[in-house]
Amino acid sequence: MTTSRSDWPLWEVFVRSRRGLSHTHAGSLHAPDAEMALRNARDLYTRRSEGVSIWVVPSAEITASSPDEKDPFFAPAADKPYRHPTFYEIPEGVRHL
Amino acid sequence: MTTMAPDTEAAYEPALEAAFDATVAADERVEPRDWMPDAYRASLVRQIAQHAHSEIIGMQPEANWITRAPSLRRKAILMAKVQDEAGHGLYLYSAAETLGTSRDELLDKLHAGRQRYSSIFNYPTLTWADVGAIGWLVDGAAITNQVPLCRCSYGPYARAMVRICKEESFHQRQGYELLLALSRGTPAQHAMAQDAVDRWWWPSLMMFGPPDDESAHSAQSMAWRIKRHSNDELRQRFVDICVPQAEALGLTLPDPDLTWNEERGAYDFGPIDWSEFHEVLRGNGPCNEQRIAQRRRAHDEGAWVREAASAYAAKHGEARA
Amino acid sequence: MSSPSTAAALALGDDALVLSHRLGEWAGHAPVLEEDVALANIALDLLGQARLLLSLVGDEDELAYLREERAFRNTQLVEQERGDFAHTIARQLYFSTYQALLYGQLADGMGPLAPIAAKAAKEVAYHRDHAEHWTLRLGDGTPESHDRMQRGLDALWRYTGELFEPVDGLEVDTAALREGWQAGITDVIERATLTVPTGPRRGGWSAGGGRRGIHTEVFGRMLAEMQHLHRSHPGATW
Repeated sequence: MTTSRSDWPLWEVFVRSRRGLSHTHAGSLHAPDAEMALRNARDLYTRRSEGVSIWVVPSAEITASSPDEKDPFFAPAADKPYRHPTFYEIPEGVRHL
Repeated sequence: MTTMAPDTEAAYEPALEAAFDATVAADERVEPRDWMPDAYRASLVRQIAQHAHSEIIGMQPEANWITRAPSLRRKAILMAKVQDEAGHGLYLYSAAETLGTSRDELLDKLHAGRQRYSSIFNYPTLTWADVGAIGWLVDGAAITNQVPLCRCSYGPYARAMVRICKEESFHQRQGYELLLALSRGTPAQHAMAQDAVDRWWWPSLMMFGPPDDESAHSAQSMAWRIKRHSNDELRQRFVDICVPQAEALGLTLPDPDLTWNEERGAYDFGPIDWSEFHEVLRGNGPCNEQRIAQRRRAHDEGAWVREAASAYAAKHGEARA
Repeated sequence: MSSPSTAAALALGDDALVLSHRLGEWAGHAPVLEEDVALANIALDLLGQARLLLSLVGDEDELAYLREERAFRNTQLVEQERGDFAHTIARQLYFSTYQALLYGQLADGMGPLAPIAAKAAKEVAYHRDHAEHWTLRLGDGTPESHDRMQRGLDALWRYTGELFEPVDGLEVDTAALREGWQAGITDVIERATLTVPTGPRRGGWSAGGGRRGIHTEVFGRMLAEMQHLHRSHPGATW
């Protein structure tokens, strides 16, 4: 990460709101290192009991799909309805399927 | 994976612009890596930055009373509220960063006077009742402005606003409750509350910005669905909400022209002194210099701390990686 | 509640109240916004502790706003001005290390303060962690931050002896407290490439009277600011 001496890098924060749920993206913040990022995230994103676990990731380390590639990435999934249970017709009265 | 930079070949751009227009028209959200018109990006950065700056400058008039809060309960509430404002500033600077503008850049512009914050924070908090008036009227006006922004077309801004609005609801209530305690208290407390409402009412109405026909950015922002309602619409909505709330408080609003208009189904109110608004905006409000000076001082005096933490991270970075 | 434990609740409550006030002075002045949020969290925890403890003694607001300076039982350490960020962190290190050990002992005991101590121990563990992380970063950061941190540690050292003076009704193993504290701060200070101060920690007039109601000059001004509004409206509710 290229930062000037006092410009702290950006971190993405993921919070598990309660046991049994996945971590979800809560937002971002600045911190000089991972340990401080965790603590800043705790202070900023869980001060109303919003979390039981926190992940922080340097924003620069995230690889994202590009909007330009949206079609090749996601369109091919659209014409495969047989992947969804609603695709199949089941006689009325048949249960536990 | 490709870079953030959009493909700017001339032949391609109309298609991108059409996709952007379609997203906005369908009331879907524009996300950070989507192509967007430069003017849309600039307009968002301007608005989000102004909003973020308002949160952190807005800490000052209220923090002014933390050390003098008259009960421990009120002191805890006020500290939590000022803390929320720092938090809201952080959420908003993060939203601006998704547009490719760093927080440092925005803070530099604030400190240099090249970006604005809400003029309301250039008024002083003279008595304890001002803390209540800010909560009730200033936060009330802010919420009226902000609730529609939860549906703004830019995803990160809309999401930050959802979080902020959720947290902000306590801000307005605590202010109202504070004023109610004063209004029902001793004659001196009641007078203190009335005086605060008298001073904060008109500046609060100015928070919605100039009248629609004079507003520089309104029309385009509405077309882009950054903004959902006009300044005048929101101002009217706020007045209509406040009148019965003031009655319940046992306080009066300082406007002799305030009357119910049966035909419009809304309150008529007196003319706003826009010359004052423009003076404050121009930097001639009571606290403009003081607010920026304190912000700069905190930033400058904190430089060695930020440098120290960066230096420590650089020294110890290898061990952790 | 019996009077010796009332005295203990008052001493610990005053510590928390006064330190919370000093941390509250940082609002809007912190070196970075994230730290505004962090310091406010610590101040709010301490204010919460103060309110619980003072309520064991009497009405929290009467105690906070209507006592004279000589009736306060906080240590002189917590009443010192906030100073620069290093000064604040030095105090946080000294005081949160003390509080963590103290509340740990009280929580394990059967005394009347045990329930409050158990709750506060978790909060204070975080305060200590915050102070430790910043002490490391300032001590082992830049030459300037190193000097400032050392100055903070040195300046406040003379107020630390008072932490281990016996308090009526406070049933703690003072020797263990002192030993644990010395070990705790020494470990952090040395890892931060700093030096544990060696000067006197009590004695004479200089420091050590807070628990007996002898405070430093800065405390009177702090109380004047804190109490002025409340006292200007006798009998009012807020």
